[in-house]
Amino acid sequence: MNIGIVRRQHAHHFATADQEFSASKLGMWLFLVTEVLLFGGLFVGYAYGKSVYPEMWHEASKHLDWKLGALNTLFLITSSFTMVMAVNAAQRNKAGEMNGKMVGYLIATIALAGCFLVVKYFEYSHKFHDGMLPGIYYTYSGVQNANAHYFFGLYFLMTGLHGFHVVVGMILLGWVLVRATKGHFYSEYYTPVEVGGLYWHLVDLIWIYLFPLLYLVG
Amino acid sequence: MNDHAAHAHDDAHDVPFLEDGKGWKSWLFTLDHKRIGVMYLWSVLIAFAAGGVFALLLRLELMAPGKQYIEADTYNRFFTLHGAIMVFLFIIPAIPSAMGNFVLPLMLGAKDVAFPRLNLLSFWIYGIGSIMALSSIVFGGVETGWTFYTPYSTNTSGAVVMMTLSVFVLGFSSILTGLNFIVTIHKMRAPGMSFFRMPLFVWATYATSILQVMATPVLGITLLLLVAERTLGIGIFDPALGGDPVLYQHFFWFYSHPAVYIMILPGMGVISEIITVFSRKTIFGYRAIAYSSLGIAIISFLVWGHHMFLSGQSAYAGMVFSFLTFLVAIPSAIKVFNWTATLYKGSISFDAPMMWTLSFMVLFTIGGLTGLFLGALGVDVHLHDTYFVVAHFHYVMMGGTVIAFYAGLHYWWPKMFGVMYREGPAKFSAIIVFIGFNATFFTQFVLGTRGMPRRYYNYLDQYQPLHQFSTFGSWIIGLGFIVMTVNLLASFKQKVKAPANPWGARTLEWSIPSPPITHNFHKTPVVTEGPYDFPVEGQAASGAEGKHA
Repeated sequence: MNIGIVRRQHAHHFATADQEFSASKLGMWLFLVTEVLLFGGLFVGYAYGKSVYPEMWHEASKHLDWKLGALNTLFLITSSFTMVMAVNAAQRNKAGEMNGKMVGYLIATIALAGCFLVVKYFEYSHKFHDGMLPGIYYTYSGVQNANAHYFFGLYFLMTGLHGFHVVVGMILLGWVLVRATKGHFYSEYYTPVEVGGLYWHLVDLIWIYLFPLLYLVG
Repeated sequence: MNDHAAHAHDDAHDVPFLEDGKGWKSWLFTLDHKRIGVMYLWSVLIAFAAGGVFALLLRLELMAPGKQYIEADTYNRFFTLHGAIMVFLFIIPAIPSAMGNFVLPLMLGAKDVAFPRLNLLSFWIYGIGSIMALSSIVFGGVETGWTFYTPYSTNTSGAVVMMTLSVFVLGFSSILTGLNFIVTIHKMRAPGMSFFRMPLFVWATYATSILQVMATPVLGITLLLLVAERTLGIGIFDPALGGDPVLYQHFFWFYSHPAVYIMILPGMGVISEIITVFSRKTIFGYRAIAYSSLGIAIISFLVWGHHMFLSGQSAYAGMVFSFLTFLVAIPSAIKVFNWTATLYKGSISFDAPMMWTLSFMVLFTIGGLTGLFLGALGVDVHLHDTYFVVAHFHYVMMGGTVIAFYAGLHYWWPKMFGVMYREGPAKFSAIIVFIGFNATFFTQFVLGTRGMPRRYYNYLDQYQPLHQFSTFGSWIIGLGFIVMTVNLLASFKQKVKAPANPWGARTLEWSIPSPPITHNFHKTPVVTEGPYDFPVEGQAASGAEGKHA
């Protein structure tokens, strides 16, 4: 599907297109710093819980299904790969000949994100059903140690906040996808693909920490 | 874009930014950093007035022991609102968002901030957050104090969730502004504007922005955890459920100690500008002041534990935090000494901005030095949670930031609105506020050392004379601000047109008309000298229009 490209003039308050591109990239990197710090608070909560209640932590984490976690890790790592390929296609897109590839990789990325959420849905509904709910709603009796509700409270907060970021990422990449189908991105202008990709890699990266910490290390 | 095209484009917006579009839509949907700055300015001024009214009511209630006018619960709600409004709605956005938005791109020779849409979004978020914060009054009020300490904040009734969510939302506004400024400073400087040719206000704003970007997310997650604690009982801050309330304090102060530098650093930037311009002399120790801003930003992340000397933190941690707290005094002192050295042999003129600035120098120095009392472990045991803390905090935040804000307001008012205010009442108000401030808060140092605890509704009879004196002082402050407000507003009626450069300053915002045109500069300026290269005595000023009479 070669629909060509639509050339873009940079915003008037920038002197050059390069200046605009590097400003956007720096902006996204700074935003990613804030994201790391946002999740940082939850990691501190995790460190506190695990150091004060190591045995409960060990017991409770056994009730997470590491196979489903591993499957989701695979989905997200693959999606990071397809994202890189989408950026690569945009960078090499001189006159629209790479539009098809770029769109294909973006669709693959969003689809893999969708797969992740489907698996997460099954994990969550299973836990809801068994009463492994956060805080005062915790009713499960399968973990003998006290304060197991703390583990599940953090589990839901960490994976929930991460899941929210996955949804935001899908919306963001969906918008990039729509613009890609219109031929808006080419070798001289692909800022949204690039910064969308940066964001997506961070979402992936956070999961790469969450998976071992919650499913494996416990 | 080549220069010719840029020029042609600019001509279309060759009108003063205040006249480029009429009606509320032209303001609420503007992407012009100057208009966004002006909207922020009016918003924070209203917040200051609201927070000030609560302060006056609190002081009125404290005239005598026992109930005077309001109930104890109402008193608690009032001091929470006073603190929350002043901190989150006024001080944090006041200088960066209102003045920074207006002058930062001008000082850099840029047409706008890097992300104008994000800038407007940040203002909208501020508006939504403010409405949420104020709506908590209707939903039952909050009586936790602005720190929302657990376990009280998780157990008490009232609108704690609404208030904390509003602060969460306001945090995004702060983050986006900081992010925008960092990128603007890195990427939007005019040709020739190297880092060491940037005005010191820009350096201060840069350090502030780093803090906003790096500290505020931690507050965000803290407040989310607090909301989760209140609604789901996840237990992280509740000992009964396996958590630890001291953990909340660690979280909170990890943000809120850097946050007090988010509040004071931009004020220091304003002072650096004014002191050099009104001494007609280049700043003493430019690099030292610039680096000390970054020094403060870095050390400020390592001192949060000094709020918790008596919260069950280990003695070893207390010692480390005490030591680090003393360290932060060094860059602050570097600034004060350099400002003083700038005054030395300067040709000082006592215009209104300078009057506010000199007031800042005195009050901030007292506030800073009393901070060392509180940072010393042994002394803090005696002074912790007394009026001494209240007095110290107000000396740095009000005597420091608020006074610097009004110094800046008088300094940039002609640039923002293109009109001059009357000099006499402006100076007069600065003096009145200075007198009233010391009457109110110096008294509270004495109250604190005698053991008067903070936040108490009632007190022993022996404290009454000092409390009464403090209340009288608060009325003098109120009077000063009324004089100042009337005088500034009257300038719109008097319509005395401001020249481009009424103070003879050398930074770029004074090289363009007052008020500036929408696109700031007809042609992107090329910078060839430092920001404070005042002409040496005997030589003619190049380009500067000289001081107005």
